[in-house]
Amino acid sequence: MTAKGGEVPPEAQAPPELPNHPLLSELAASFEEVSFSQVPRVEAGPQDTALVPREQIVAFMEAAFDLGYRMFVDLCAVDYFRRDPRFEVVVNVLALDPPHRLIVRVGVPADDPTMPSITGVYPGANFYEREAFDLFGIQFAGHPDLTRILLPDDWEGHPLRKDYEVGSVPVQFKGAHRAE
Amino acid sequence: MSDTPNFATGDVEAPTIEAPDAVGAEAPPEDAAERRELHDIWVAGTEEPEWVSQATDEGAQELLPDAEEPALAVQRGTLVDDDYVADDTVAADERQIINLGPQHPSTHGVLRLQLELEGETIRRVKPIIGYLHTGMEKTAETLTFLQGPTNVTRMDYLSPFHNELCFSLAVEHLLELPMPPRAKAIRVLMTELNRIASHLLWLATQGMDIGALSMMLYGWRERERLLEFFEKTTGLRMNHNYIRPGGVAADLPDGWEEDIEDILKGVPASVAEYEELLNENPIFLDRTQGVGIITPEEAMAYGVSGPIARAAGIQLDLRRVAPYSGIEQYDFEIPVGKHGDVYDRYTVRVAEIRESLKIVSQVLETMPAGDYRAEDRKVTPPPRKRIDESMEALIHHFKIFTEGFKVPAGAIWQSVESPRGELGMYLVSAGGPRPWRLHVRGPSFAAVQALPVMLTDSLIADMISTLASSDPVLGDVDR
Repeated sequence: MTAKGGEVPPEAQAPPELPNHPLLSELAASFEEVSFSQVPRVEAGPQDTALVPREQIVAFMEAAFDLGYRMFVDLCAVDYFRRDPRFEVVVNVLALDPPHRLIVRVGVPADDPTMPSITGVYPGANFYEREAFDLFGIQFAGHPDLTRILLPDDWEGHPLRKDYEVGSVPVQFKGAHRAE
Repeated sequence: MSDTPNFATGDVEAPTIEAPDAVGAEAPPEDAAERRELHDIWVAGTEEPEWVSQATDEGAQELLPDAEEPALAVQRGTLVDDDYVADDTVAADERQIINLGPQHPSTHGVLRLQLELEGETIRRVKPIIGYLHTGMEKTAETLTFLQGPTNVTRMDYLSPFHNELCFSLAVEHLLELPMPPRAKAIRVLMTELNRIASHLLWLATQGMDIGALSMMLYGWRERERLLEFFEKTTGLRMNHNYIRPGGVAADLPDGWEEDIEDILKGVPASVAEYEELLNENPIFLDRTQGVGIITPEEAMAYGVSGPIARAAGIQLDLRRVAPYSGIEQYDFEIPVGKHGDVYDRYTVRVAEIRESLKIVSQVLETMPAGDYRAEDRKVTPPPRKRIDESMEALIHHFKIFTEGFKVPAGAIWQSVESPRGELGMYLVSAGGPRPWRLHVRGPSFAAVQALPVMLTDSLIADMISTLASSDPVLGDVDR
């Protein structure tokens, strides 16, 4: 890729010991199974992410909230399709003083697409979990009202899954149906 | 928390849905005269004294800005959990469900609010969205990275440059492609002008919604100055597709300095005039002060950002916290309110117009010379005249516009401070020329989610003002 240019390859530099942020070090001390990583960014500091086992997500988010990640920003799902686990739920929280963003990733397998709801910690996750349920079919256990949010209630399937066929919705105008 | 349904977030369970049936189940008085008598009792308040403050008779309205007003006192408390207990003294048929929208001029699009009213007091709110959902996140997976901005620019249609910038920055992070200084400065210039245009439009619609019709005309007129500049630069008034991965589509037009100077002279004078119009207007003050309050804790818990959060006193501006596109080199302040009501949102937005003008004037003074896009032929097309001369340039041009450029696999979160708050995108690339997944976190989505917090136990007349002040763009909410 010419896009990468001719700089020093990242392997040449010694990778920093992770996590190297004081808040994350505290989280790492109490959650041994959580693995931390950093996504490099151009002209900006690297982005901290944590890969959290599904069973520990609520406890992890509670600990993060207590440490200062008070602002809920985002929750979304990704369908990696052939990967195992197939789905990944990505939670994005922000500590304000000092500012630090933490991206929390949770793997969700295809044969059991469930995950504990974090609405008890961050009430703002409510609509976002409904959206992830609506578009990906991930069930959030303990969510107060897990219903479709963007699509009509009687919609079939979860359109942002990779195996959802595009363009197969029958058009509802008069005369648009082909004669059999 | 999960045991009790959380009405503050709009999750209205059975009671609200069944309430119309409950009204219908209790047989209304057969006799019309009897019904009228019943109605008279409510209005006069002779039998139920507490109804007087909530009836629409004269005198009741004067209680609105008063801190002692019970509805407002409840509103100032924390409403993260549902603390509503049905009042036994209020008969079931005094509660009613009203649907505001999805077709209502003051919902700024196709937002639908299901309101449970007790007299004139809103007891429960359930925002219902999705009327404008067109699957843009799915569409993004079928478009190349170069076509992506045409898609995202249509989401939050009042701040199209911010959408394009956010998407382009995310792609550039994955490409590890640095921008030339001029491209960065042009991006800052356009996004800050866009912030002014968006806030002016907000000022216009907020004024219109609470009865200041002249404000509506002035706001639209003032925004026109900026749209003219956008049209001159990008060819379009909205949905520009101007900021693209790799830079911007074209350099600024000849004579752009004079246009910016006109804007820098014209807009502050007009904004001062509008402040004169509104700041001491008793109707405007009554309808905005102490209305639609959200506390900092609630704002953070519900992910509310931007002017709403700053009006509540949260020092959060991504231009400071996570600077992008070289905005950290410009000098500007972050206006912060303290009450978190509609009036503070107004003052914060007006102050932000001034701060954005400050940034624009600095960009005007320090605009660097050089390329307006990265000279990387795998990402940006070659100049037109090179195509006639060079076979390689022709191939590059052909490849970029047919199959698009490939982006290394990875996942990145990028967010920018849009006029409505934190606009974020989570972009996943699988190494191909199209995004594997693009999730857009619209600031209006969080604002709509927090509407029940701002509206519960307030008066229905304040609802329009609160809704307008949260400045939702439904294209951004529904995507």
